[in-house]
Amino acid sequence: MSTQPRLVLEGVHKRFGAKVVLDGIDLVVDEHQVVCVIGPSGCGKSTLLRCVDLLERVDGGRILLDGHDITAQGVDVNEVRKRMAIVFQAFNLFPHMTVLDNVTLAPRKAHHVRRAQAEEKARDLLARFGLLEKADDYPERLSGGQQQRAAIVRALMIDPDLLLLDEVTSALDPELVGEVLAVIRELAEAGMTMVLATHEMGFARDVADRVCFMHQGRVLEAGAPGDILRAPQEERTRQFLSRVIEAGRL
Amino acid sequence: MAAARLWLAEEGAKGALIAAVSTVVVFGLALWAVVSSENWSAVQQQFFNPENFREAWPDVLSGFWLDVRMFVIAQVAILVFALLVAVVRSLRGPAFVPVRLLAVLYIDAFRGVPLILAILLFGFGIPALDLPGVPRSPLFWGVATLVLSYSAYTAEVYRSGIESVPESQRSSARSLGLTQWQSLRYAILPQAVRNVVPALLNGLVSLQKDVALVSVLGVREAVRAAEIYTSRTFNYTSFVAATVLFLLISVPAARFADWYAARDRARRSQMAV
Repeated sequence: MSTQPRLVLEGVHKRFGAKVVLDGIDLVVDEHQVVCVIGPSGCGKSTLLRCVDLLERVDGGRILLDGHDITAQGVDVNEVRKRMAIVFQAFNLFPHMTVLDNVTLAPRKAHHVRRAQAEEKARDLLARFGLLEKADDYPERLSGGQQQRAAIVRALMIDPDLLLLDEVTSALDPELVGEVLAVIRELAEAGMTMVLATHEMGFARDVADRVCFMHQGRVLEAGAPGDILRAPQEERTRQFLSRVIEAGRL
Repeated sequence: MAAARLWLAEEGAKGALIAAVSTVVVFGLALWAVVSSENWSAVQQQFFNPENFREAWPDVLSGFWLDVRMFVIAQVAILVFALLVAVVRSLRGPAFVPVRLLAVLYIDAFRGVPLILAILLFGFGIPALDLPGVPRSPLFWGVATLVLSYSAYTAEVYRSGIESVPESQRSSARSLGLTQWQSLRYAILPQAVRNVVPALLNGLVSLQKDVALVSVLGVREAVRAAEIYTSRTFNYTSFVAATVLFLLISVPAARFADWYAARDRARRSQMAV
């Protein structure tokens, strides 16, 4: 029985040119935990997730997945990515493929699963998230909410040990946000380990085990959602939350 | 409402009539200007002589058949080779610097030299080297030069297509665990190629004519066959015969390219909505 955390970030630094985007991030995510990263736009939430998925190279510090340093020299990024998945704000489905082909591409090509087997699993997952009748449609025929759910199915197809969600409801019309949040809630209940960058504070309060408030590339405050969202210790957190409450998002 | 539609319909019919009349007038005047010229009868004898046309036709036609074959072979080779060059050029990572550099050098060299000069250099130069195992036929080197030269341009067309695919599509593919090559193959290239089909079709129309340049190596394609007829008879009607043959293929091809580009534009604007 391992008590090793699923994901550990130790002093992660990231610069774009002269601009410091991540300024020493420490973060621990245990198995089956849901961690929500909140904070103003440009605070580095998305970059943090992209660094974990190795889409950006870190400039300092290290990232451990199940105890293995995935930012070390010589790590096969493709192998690392077979164990985690990321869902983007803009869905990023492949427009030239049907939903079914979108979601079976990675299992077939990266995981060498037979097509029939991959499609069977895909249909199960699509049915679970109410998308079965869209399996043979192209993404442009789907609503934003449906596209994002399809993108989540695409991520789930590889049975990730860790799921990263980068503001997955930010590009959606307000009435479509709920259907995507419902999917994430279901995944949380099923025990999926997740890190979410999100602006949905109410949702963070409901599903998160831990909330991290980021500001200017640092984690200013982290803790149980009730503590952070109701009784923040830091002035910056208070300012941010009061603005969010004014906007009616909490 | 009904009146407006009637007015439009009337305007449409009137418009068509005006177009027809002005077309007939303009083309009629142009034809009249040519035919009424003082030297017309001499020109007609030299260029539009039915007798010579019939006489030259078989040789020019068989030469043209060679043009068609050169065109088809070269076009297929260009589409494949240029894609390879474009892919090499868009590979990322320090390990690929030498091949990327090679691709850039090749593209610059062939885009910088007039095609006819390249054909002369390769077509006469390489056979003269007399290298063992290297073909010495001017026909082979003529077509090879066409492939090399057109591929340099076509590689850039493909590359613009690759660059037109948003970076997020690449991140998306890589994040799924696909390798760099798999991401290109399954996510990027299908979108890239679709984006540049109109430009590729334009290249095809232009290659269809440029195969005639291989005639400078003495390859007996249509233009060379026409030249031979002319030097024998001092009559230029054979050139007109070759012209007719080229137009028979290139005009429909150009129409098709335009039609496809228009349809592609419509599809895109529909997708943007």
